[in-house]
Amino acid sequence: MDGIINYFSSLNPAVFASQLPGNIAQGIIWGLMALGVFITYKLLNFADLTVDGSFATGGAVTAILLINGVPIWPATLIALAAGILAGLVTGFLHTVLGIPDILAGILTQIALYSINLNIMGKANLPISYRNYTLILSGSNIGRAIIVGLSFAVVVIGLMYWYFGTEQGSTIRSTGSNPAMSKAQGININAAKVIALALSNGLVALSGSLFAQYQGFSDINMGRGAIVIGLAAVIIGAVIGEAIFRKRANFIIKLTFVIVGGILYYISMGIVLWLKMPTDDTKLFTAVIVAVFLAFPYLKNKSKNSFKRVAKENKKTLNREEKADA
Amino acid sequence: MLEIIDVYKTFNPGTVNEKKALNGVNLKLNDGDFCTVIGGNGAGKSTTLNAIAGVWPVDSGAILIDGEDISALPEHKRAPYLGRVFQDPMTGTVADMEIIENLAIAARRGQKRGLSWGVKKSEREEYRELLKQFELGLEDRMSSKVGLLSGGQRQAITLLMATIKRPKLLLLDEHTAALDPKTAAKVLELSDKIIEENNLTALMVTHNMKDAITHGNRLIMMSDGKIVLDISGEEKKKLTVEILLQKFEKASGSTIDNDRMLLGD
Ligand SMILES: Nc1ncnc2c1ncn2[C@@H]1O[C@H](COP(=O)(O)OP(=O)(O)OP(=O)(O)O)[C@@H](O)[C@H]1O
Ligand SMILES: [Mg+2]
Repeated sequence: MDGIINYFSSLNPAVFASQLPGNIAQGIIWGLMALGVFITYKLLNFADLTVDGSFATGGAVTAILLINGVPIWPATLIALAAGILAGLVTGFLHTVLGIPDILAGILTQIALYSINLNIMGKANLPISYRNYTLILSGSNIGRAIIVGLSFAVVVIGLMYWYFGTEQGSTIRSTGSNPAMSKAQGININAAKVIALALSNGLVALSGSLFAQYQGFSDINMGRGAIVIGLAAVIIGAVIGEAIFRKRANFIIKLTFVIVGGILYYISMGIVLWLKMPTDDTKLFTAVIVAVFLAFPYLKNKSKNSFKRVAKENKKTLNREEKADA
Repeated sequence: MLEIIDVYKTFNPGTVNEKKALNGVNLKLNDGDFCTVIGGNGAGKSTTLNAIAGVWPVDSGAILIDGEDISALPEHKRAPYLGRVFQDPMTGTVADMEIIENLAIAARRGQKRGLSWGVKKSEREEYRELLKQFELGLEDRMSSKVGLLSGGQRQAITLLMATIKRPKLLLLDEHTAALDPKTAAKVLELSDKIIEENNLTALMVTHNMKDAITHGNRLIMMSDGKIVLDISGEEKKKLTVEILLQKFEKASGSTIDNDRMLLGD
């Protein structure tokens, strides 16, 4: 009993509140990454695991360029280009060599681990705001939130425009109905490669910003990225649907991916604040994603369940029997 | 117009599942021919249409459209010549895109798809007029997702998509088979109308002999991966189910014992 009281009295709401802005900033940066996952997972219907590697590539390229005297903006853009390249490789493995989607992504991801190590020369490179001019940094969280949101606005605007164009429409139709797309003259392989390239470019950009935020690039910083990205996409979709019902348009859906990223980081913040062991954070991530993935399914199932039919029929049949008697 | 020269196709060659689906198909369609295709299960009707569409390469033989050999082109590069409606109403449209977006994708068949808007403002009016002719009320639901529509409505939209950009050849593969009789009749009537108004060349597979007889100016029957009957002109006009059955027995040396080859109602 004393233990529980001690535990709760040791939880300080002020600590949680003080950590909240940091959670939000990280949530926005990872939300950008999740927008990349949204392109492949939601639009292209392609489970792309390249992202664990390309996220770290974004950080690695940015760090090594900064250290070699390249200014931050070019360094960030080159990181983005490196991500595009990674996406092209997965696209090549899948469309030209016929390797199934998940496997193609895993192969690139594994290859990127070595490539990222080669880029950085070691497992960890510090890029402190004290030594370099950065686009954003964890030392100034308020500014990081504003810069992160600006990126989000620009990226969402570009995505809204692009996926409304003729070319962007081919990606959506390829993901949703490849047979129809081919019958309408769409080169579905080209559509897949473009989507993978754009997605991983965005993921690498997010990786670059995250390395800048935390002040170092690390070979393992992308580990489990796909799960965090999916978490943001799915949490965002569930919450967005709860608020807007079926009426959410494309821009709202994109915005809620960022919201999903923020909510994910806040829930991780809560987990840490409750003093759960940090070793278990991946476990909590998995649980959170599983819950949100299961939610739409279970909700639908409860509406369309056999048990419910049985129950209601029993009621009406009973009523009729009584009326007959 | 369309010329199929000695086309062969075997599925799963060298395995226990080996299936000679096309055994030397030869066919020449003239401009404006509306040709119905009948034959029992597994006769090779769908396989013939798929060979034309380029779903996979044929083993041997050539397929020419307006004198140009298209047999080496992948599916999406043949699409500019072809309009296709499938048996399954789900196949021809993208469920989670709006009606108008589906039509806009089809209207760009064979064009380069660049960075201009996927649906231009002027297109809305144009499509509204086209949809109005169907009398299905779809013109007022152009921003609805296609997934919300019934099978018949989706098939009507697929038909419009197949012809919105005039194809050199329209391929209809049992496109009314999955619909209830009333809707099927409506979609068939629409097909007739569109083919006639645009003077299209068309191949229509059906398992309903009566439909095959009453529609089009030409009829072919397939059996065992070959075309065994080819009837056109006056002969086609005078055709009845009885005559057709007799002709089939003579041509193939067997009787029709196939549940799916309906004799019509
Ligand atoms: N992709 C494929 N792989 C393997 N076998 C196939 C394939 N497509 C068709 N076949 C086989 O080829 C034969 C011809 O099939 P096809 O679909 O052309 O028949 P059909 O005349 O359209 O018959 P139905 O009236 O049943 O639609 C069948 O035995 C079929 O099982
Ligand atoms: Mg068939």
